[in-house]
Parts: sequence; structure tokens; C-alpha cells
Amino acid sequence: MANAPTSPLTTYLEHLGKAELAYQFSPEANAAVFYPRVICPFTGSDRLEWRVSKGMGTVHATTVVSPQQGAPYNVALIDIDEGFRMMSRVEDIAPLDVRIGMRVKFRVHQAEGDEPPYPVFTPAEGTP
Amino acid sequence: MNGLTRGSAAIVGAAESDIGAVAVNMSPLDLMAQGIHRALADCGLKLKDVDGVFCAATQARTSAMSMCEYLRLASAYTDSTIVGGSSFEVHVAHAQTALAAGLCSVAVIAYGSTQRTVGRRQASTREYNPYETPFRPFLPATAYALAASRHMHEFGTTREQLAEVAVAAREWALLNPVAWEKKPLTIADVLSARPISYPFTVRDCCLITDGGGAIVMTSAERARSMAKPPVYVLGCGQAITHASISSMPNLTLTGARESGAAAYRMARMRETDIDVLELYDAFTINTILFLEDLGFCPKGEGGRFVSGGRIGPKGSLPVNTNGGGLSYCHPGMYGLFLLIEAVRQLRGECGARQVAQAETALVHGNGGVLSAQATVILGTQAAL
Repeated sequence: MANAPTSPLTTYLEHLGKAELAYQFSPEANAAVFYPRVICPFTGSDRLEWRVSKGMGTVHATTVVSPQQGAPYNVALIDIDEGFRMMSRVEDIAPLDVRIGMRVKFRVHQAEGDEPPYPVFTPAEGTP
Repeated sequence: MNGLTRGSAAIVGAAESDIGAVAVNMSPLDLMAQGIHRALADCGLKLKDVDGVFCAATQARTSAMSMCEYLRLASAYTDSTIVGGSSFEVHVAHAQTALAAGLCSVAVIAYGSTQRTVGRRQASTREYNPYETPFRPFLPATAYALAASRHMHEFGTTREQLAEVAVAAREWALLNPVAWEKKPLTIADVLSARPISYPFTVRDCCLITDGGGAIVMTSAERARSMAKPPVYVLGCGQAITHASISSMPNLTLTGARESGAAAYRMARMRETDIDVLELYDAFTINTILFLEDLGFCPKGEGGRFVSGGRIGPKGSLPVNTNGGGLSYCHPGMYGLFLLIEAVRQLRGECGARQVAQAETALVHGNGGVLSAQATVILGTQAAL
């Protein structure tokens, strides 16, 4: 069998580079899969399709890290509307004001130096 | 656990190594060897009797191999399964299995860490996770804080209720001469301490100390000829629900529900049969989650349950009687110390903190970020 031409992480990062939040979908399980993998954890199948999220989600859990140096910052778990959960950060709001249940919208934090791009979120109150 | 026989093996020796702040340049292996030496002395066995080595350490990647070199145990049966802080509860089940299968006859389970001396970052390096590391979670605290935020949201658990767990642990620690913390602690002290990862302050978080130790296990039959009364392994169970907090299926329901159910089943017991509890309190939310998931109160009631000092020395349910990871010692992976304290309670060796008529103990180990849960139920001859 030929080696896989690309890794799940590389595909994910390529989407982020285009400001897209990508995830996998298992047609056999009819379920979203995140983080991206080579094998579906629900079925054991290697059939996983890539999809691009609409980028809307809801804060599932939230905390504020108070580092010994530097400003406190938010870390949250976000439930994405397409049915998967991910760690991220809610920006454009005081970290302690981030609330569970808050609607949020994806934005890409572009690559800086050696650091690859990553997804962050901003409040989207009033958006269903 | 399926395939294991209730009471087929027993813990016959238990000891801490040096703990707290150990001598400069002491290695994790030094502490393991010291723990093994003391635990063997505790039961009257010699190093030459040992033919099973079970250990785990964050500072020794191949800990069983290194331990076999250190103690010249060339033909020992080895197991260095590592699933975080609950590794040693898992080792109890694995040692019981190995003893029953005749793979070894005297097993030692050992741990050592110098994380306070060398620094936490050096003692326990974290793997890069491309789906978490960019957000700079302060792990493990942030992961547990996320679970706590969810528990507060779903069940109305308060910061004061979380603080009750730390205060109870401190009250027990004040009765333990070797505990790290020596001063009283109030709920107000916990709430006003340095914030770490909301809702936790530094007083909601386990200590960062050095330490190690060992326990000795053998068959129930052989155990009866040892220096001290055997502490029988009545039940074991484990469950791994995730590795990273973003993959935890339900932030307020841990694998302790499953590991506890398996242990109760094997022990043919339920929560009302347990006299003393040793629950891995890496953070204050742990104790609340495990009390719920192990059946001591309904899901969501843990915060109210621990209020009013219920789990402290003057309360009705003795939990973490050595002062726990919050106030006694926490050298990185704490699971072995839960077992040592349970053994001492069941032998009646605990002095001012002794629980009266303790015949059964439930030990619950937690590894990773609420990831690897392992329960061990122990009992005296009377409970067998």
C-alpha cells in the first residue's frame, strides 16, 4: 500500500492558512471527527471526508489563565455547530467575561514566525 | 476487574521514601530504591525475595529497566505501565494478575520524583499538542479548571464549595506529622490566594513536592506469614476516557463511574461498605467529581456534599486522611501515596488521624487530565 500523501494535521493547517476551519466527517458513523485522524474512532474505518465548518459555535467551558508574568488570558472549549468540540480562545472580550453558552464565531490567528496558524473565536451574540 | 479474584493478593509492606524537599542530587531512582528498602523492612522481606518490579516515573523513561539495574534484579518480571498519577492503582491490578499467574511471587510497586528540586518543567515535559498547545493552557490546572467551570455552570457548585475540599485536606494534614503544610487554612484564604486558572487559586491546586515510596504485594497465602496484618486487594477497576481535556466526552462525568463500578463488582461491595476514602485530589474539583462518580452522593451534589466540613477530620466521611495531594505531598504522580495511606489506615497505624474501626478502604487514582481513572478497594482480614 502506498504511503499517505499528506497528514491529517497538514491538511488541517492548509485549510487554516486559507482562513477555513476544517474538520473530518465519518460517513459510516454519520458524525464529525475532531481532532483530525487517519482512522475514524467510531467505526475503525479509514474513510474520513474533509469538510469546512461555517465557523459558528457555543462556549462549552471556560477558564482564565493567570500567568506569573503577563496578562491573564482566556482558554475555552468550543462546541462547533457541525458537532465537534475544540480548545480555543475567545478574543475581543475581557477573559473573565467569557460565559458558558455564549455564541462565538471563528477567526483565524495567522501564522507568526515558526508558529502555525490556529483558530480563535470572537463573541457573536445575537447570532442564532 | 474481570478475571481477577477478590482477595487473591495482599499488600504486605508500604513506605514513603524521603518526601517534601529531598537532598540535592537525590535521583528519582534513589527515592524508589529507598521506598522499596523501607517497604521491605515494613513486612520483613529482603531484596532477594523480590521478583516483580512495577514502577512509573516522569523523570525515568524506562523506569523498570533502570530500577532492575539499580537493584540488580536481572530476572524480575517488570511492568512500567504509565497512565499518569493513577499508574500505581493500575499496577496493583497488574501485580495481582502477575501473582495469580505465577509470573512473580513478591512484587514491589515503586515511585520517585524530585520535581520540587529540579523544577516541574524539567521533571515532567509536556508533549506538543497542535490542537491545544497554541492556546497556552496551563496544564494540568487549566484542564481541571475547565471541568470545574462546567460543574459550576450545570450544578451551581460554588468556589466556596471547592475551597471546602482544600480546607478539609488541610485539617487532615495538620494531624499528619510528615505533611508538607503545617498551618491552618480557611475558605477565605483559599479564595484570596494567587489566581492560577479560574476558578482555581493556588490553594485549589496540589502541592509541588519531591517524594517517592513503594508497596510490596504477594499472594494472600504468603501474606499471612508477614510481619504485619495483610491488606487484601478486594476490587480493581479502570477506565480511560481521553488523554487531552478537549477530547473528554463529558466534563462533569469521569471514568471513575466505570472504574468504581468494576471495583465494587469485584469486591462485591458498594459505597456504604467503605470506611475510609483516599481520592486523588490533584485539584479541589477532583474530590467532588469522584465522590459523585463513586456513588457517595448524586451527580451534581458534590459541592453541597463536602460543605460544612463533612469530609474533614470532624466530619462524617473520612476522605484523604493524610492531607492529600493538596496539603500532604504531591510529587508529580501521587497515586502511590493513596495506597500507602490506605494500608496504614487499615492497619491502625495513623495516630491522631486514625479512622476508628477502618476495615475497608477505597483508593481512587486519577491520571492525566481526568483521563485515566483506576479504583482499588482494600480490606483487612475482617473484610475478606
